[in-house]
Amino acid sequence: MKEKIDEIKKNALNEIENTSDLKELDNVRVKYLGKKGELTAILKMMGTLPKEERPSFGSLVNKAKEEVQSKIAEKEDQYKTEEINKKLESERIDVTLPASKIKKGSKHPLNRVIEEIEDLFVSMGYDVMEGPELETDEYNFERLNLPKGHPARDMQDSFYITTEHLLRTQTSAVQARTLMGNKEKGPIREIVPGKTYRREDDATHSHQFNQVEALVVDKDISFADLKGTLEIFMKHMLGENTQLRFRPSYFPFTEPSYEVDVSCFKCGGKGCNLCKRTGWIELLGAGIVHPNVLKMNGYDPDIYSGFAFGTGLDRLAMFKYGITDIRLLYENDVRFLSQFDRMDK
Amino acid sequence: MLLSINFLRDYLDIDKDIDIIDFSEKMTKLGNEYDSAERFINVDGLLIGKVEKCESHPDSDHLHVCKVDLGNKKVQIVCGAPNVREGIKVIVAPDGTKLPGGEIKKTIIRGQESNGMLCSIAELGLDSKFLKEEDKAGIHELDDDAPIGEDPIEYMGWNDYVVDFDLTANRGDLLSILGMAYEVGSIYDKKVKKIDLNHKEYSEETLEKSGDYKLPENDIAIVEEKIADMTEKIEKDKKLNFKLKINTDNCKLFLAKKVMNVQIKESPAEIKEKLMASGIRPINNVVDISNYVMLETGQPLHFYDADTLNGMLEVRMAEEEEKLTTLDGQERLLNSDDIVISDGERSIGLAGVMGGLDTEITDNTVNVIIESAIFDSVKVRRTSNKVLRSEASNRFEKGLNPNRTYIAIERACHLLEKYAEGKVIEGISKYDKIEKEYSKVDITVSKINKVLGTIIDKKDILDVFRKLGFEYETEEKDDKITVIVPKRRIDISIKEDLIEEVGRIYGVDNIEGRNLALPVKKGSYDKTKREIRNKMMDLGLNETLSYVLVNPEEAGMFTNNEHEKVEILSPLTVEKSVLRQSLSTALYKIYQYNSSRNNQDISIFEIGKSFYKDGNDYVEENKLACLMTGEYNLGLKTQSVDFYVIKGVAEEVLNHLGYEGRYSFKVDNNIPKDLHPGKSAIITIDGKSIGIIGRINPIVCKEDVYVMEINLEILNKIKTGSMKYKELSKFPSVRKDISIIVDNDTSAEDLQKAIKNAGGRVLQSVRVFDLYTGKGIPEGKKSIAFSVELSDSKKTFTDDEIAEIMNKISENLSKKYNAELRK
Repeated sequence: MKEKIDEIKKNALNEIENTSDLKELDNVRVKYLGKKGELTAILKMMGTLPKEERPSFGSLVNKAKEEVQSKIAEKEDQYKTEEINKKLESERIDVTLPASKIKKGSKHPLNRVIEEIEDLFVSMGYDVMEGPELETDEYNFERLNLPKGHPARDMQDSFYITTEHLLRTQTSAVQARTLMGNKEKGPIREIVPGKTYRREDDATHSHQFNQVEALVVDKDISFADLKGTLEIFMKHMLGENTQLRFRPSYFPFTEPSYEVDVSCFKCGGKGCNLCKRTGWIELLGAGIVHPNVLKMNGYDPDIYSGFAFGTGLDRLAMFKYGITDIRLLYENDVRFLSQFDRMDK
Repeated sequence: MLLSINFLRDYLDIDKDIDIIDFSEKMTKLGNEYDSAERFINVDGLLIGKVEKCESHPDSDHLHVCKVDLGNKKVQIVCGAPNVREGIKVIVAPDGTKLPGGEIKKTIIRGQESNGMLCSIAELGLDSKFLKEEDKAGIHELDDDAPIGEDPIEYMGWNDYVVDFDLTANRGDLLSILGMAYEVGSIYDKKVKKIDLNHKEYSEETLEKSGDYKLPENDIAIVEEKIADMTEKIEKDKKLNFKLKINTDNCKLFLAKKVMNVQIKESPAEIKEKLMASGIRPINNVVDISNYVMLETGQPLHFYDADTLNGMLEVRMAEEEEKLTTLDGQERLLNSDDIVISDGERSIGLAGVMGGLDTEITDNTVNVIIESAIFDSVKVRRTSNKVLRSEASNRFEKGLNPNRTYIAIERACHLLEKYAEGKVIEGISKYDKIEKEYSKVDITVSKINKVLGTIIDKKDILDVFRKLGFEYETEEKDDKITVIVPKRRIDISIKEDLIEEVGRIYGVDNIEGRNLALPVKKGSYDKTKREIRNKMMDLGLNETLSYVLVNPEEAGMFTNNEHEKVEILSPLTVEKSVLRQSLSTALYKIYQYNSSRNNQDISIFEIGKSFYKDGNDYVEENKLACLMTGEYNLGLKTQSVDFYVIKGVAEEVLNHLGYEGRYSFKVDNNIPKDLHPGKSAIITIDGKSIGIIGRINPIVCKEDVYVMEINLEILNKIKTGSMKYKELSKFPSVRKDISIIVDNDTSAEDLQKAIKNAGGRVLQSVRVFDLYTGKGIPEGKKSIAFSVELSDSKKTFTDDEIAEIMNKISENLSKKYNAELRK
């Protein structure tokens, strides 16, 4: 009997091996394991055997059945995998075809620069302030130590609305408002980014432009603090290797006053077209708040001191993004605007 | 300010082989930025030659073939200048010389060898404004004494450097060679040399010599500070026979002296060179001296032809509409803000700006009146802005040192005697109401160090003052220093000015930067603006940056603002003359610009201000505006922008800011006329109007363009709650549809509200999913279908409960809006 069982098993395994798809495999299963299958049939013969042989016979047949079943299962897996793979292969797409268009918005380069500066200074404890763009002569000039008749405030350089109102020519106009408003005289740390206006329009000047102003006032604020702060600011904006050069200068609202040059980030200070071969680019005005400004706005200059600086944001944005013509910033051609659509480095 | 180093050498010892770039950089670090630093004539290798032989070129009717002696050799040079001839001494550019026009090379000219070029002045690169007729016509002829083989630039005294400084407005003192000498002296620690004012004086009647003008002191520091007193002593009892009348407060100091019998001729080469290097064209010896003294002292002078005057000088304000012909030949219309000089009968000069034509120095002038005066700087600036900005007006504007007013007039006398053989008449006409007190400024070493953030020793601070030529008083152990500020430094009046001087001379580079030692705190900024900007960017819109100034027609577009517009007093152009009253008007301009450049699909936004006038107050408001047209795609879908697209953008922004469920879009009679009346709405939150939205009126723009504008000032005042977690229902929600027929003008928003009210607490959402008019629906009616989501956090609805809620909803709809349920 054992031979017979072995014979059937061998044949079954052989036939399984020789199938080529799920259908043939199923035929083989019916042939051996179905209700009328060969292995099912042989099991029925067990009743004809003497009692004591029955267990070993039963186990032999079951073992053969298991072996055949497991072989069928293995083969079935193989066919199913092959079938899926074949189907997937038939679904192959061209991954190089263009993607579905997802419209991206963009942020104006000037506001990008403003946000970058805001983030830096907010992290150092500065408040970002906003002031009126339509200012009074008092705040734009007089309270900044620029009395009427001062050469630096000729009528023709500003957009006056009445003799007492004008479009602010500098974000510094907010300085006096902050000082006047700070009744408790706690430390002031503020920056004021925003639009400013001058009565000129040509290839390198826009009548509307943007500045950022910083003001720090407390009891022991010195030039060394100003220098340290500007070093952080400029290295953050223009790179760690940026060098600063302070040139004594003159502004009515600061004393001492400085113009601050940065080492040319295009040539690293060797001299190129951008820096007009000097290696330096003039970027900021800065200084120690003039005692008259403190006095006029409710501060005792013998107790308090402060520093202020300001810079043009249009130029910073142009430097940062390699924009060569200031007019591009205000033309708002969507082909220009759309370029500023990703994260800044 | 052009600084001639040769000129500077008159008053300061400067190394012969100075490194001009190093010098200019040092000055820049002191705050005197330089634009350029060059040699006056930037040519090497020129030689003085003598034309030994000069023959006509065999193959030319105008060229000459010359044998030129260069000292150690003789060369042949072909020359085309009409004035070349045997015996003259010339400037030779030998083979290899680099001239501004190019390099000179040995060549053959029509068969004749030429080993260089004989030069004209123009070819040396001298500014064309200094060229005389003969310089343009031919080669330059040197005097007979010119040494053959030597450097002609050296011989002519043109071996000079010129540094162009861009000076700050407060350093008017540096608009003079003397001022520069003090400043440069502080760098190299050198003393300024004395200025020669000596001259003889004559009686006006007899022209007999009556004395010598000689100051008792020879030290320039003393002369500089004491000259007014010294003049007082010398001129005692001598009165010039010449009247002065000062009829305005705008002149505080006026001096006049007479010099007779001057001989008008060309100035000596040395003076001409210094003038040219300083950017001033030499005219004749007398006129040149007035300019020369101005350059030296910073005090502008005016010379009158004495014989054209009426025996007196008067300073007064001009009459309204008074006329004056200035020396450039132009008739000027004056007003009462202009200071004029008159001779008692007529105005003869605009004070500080320009002299009159009638009284100017001519080739026939014999007697000269010198005017040295100080006029009000603001008045001079106003007049010069109207008429002409000149070297003189520039100096008046910056403010003058009264001691130099005295020095300058005596210096002019000295030079007129020396170079024009003039006889200086004794006495001086004087009007002097200038404050004579010296300003003394107290400062402490600790204050200096506190402001600069340094630890500089007192000894080093005193050394700074010494280098600057400032006198000071201090006790050895004392922190306090009293500085006596010289009159020339009108920029110094308070201790902070002295701190700046210490910072300058000590050197900013020597001060270490440090970190602020203020308490740590979190800075603040306007988060809403940033969030809006980021949200709009997420929605695929491009941010713009537009102009606030627009033309008068555009200013009031897209707004019903009844207030007055804000106008610029003197605009650059009418296109930029009025402040916008809406932000949409600026975006509409940007749309037009892009449209004209064939950019069709535009979705832009901006946060910016608009302005109006309310009575006497000016109001400015932050707005968010958005403009959309053409194709818009978000996600994977593309669609043409219509009202509902821009409405979606508006809702997204408002939702993002936390106003979800609180805003409505309302049809209103108050829609600005620039919007399509049937496709626009007012946006409200809690019933309060915050902005407008809609299609631009086809009368304004025939393309399908939509705008939206929200007033952020109003919006920011409407509080929002914070973001809070809402418990998820454990029970399934039920979705039901309801379709109704209502009158056409019933708004979807009202119907939704009615559904919500009827649905109550369990109603989670209502959304329109179908809208239909036409076949099957009666005229004037529309079919509208809503999908309603119901859920309760406590239970699962039974069918009966659902039917009851839906019943309530339809009853409410039919009661309020006469809605007919569609089966």
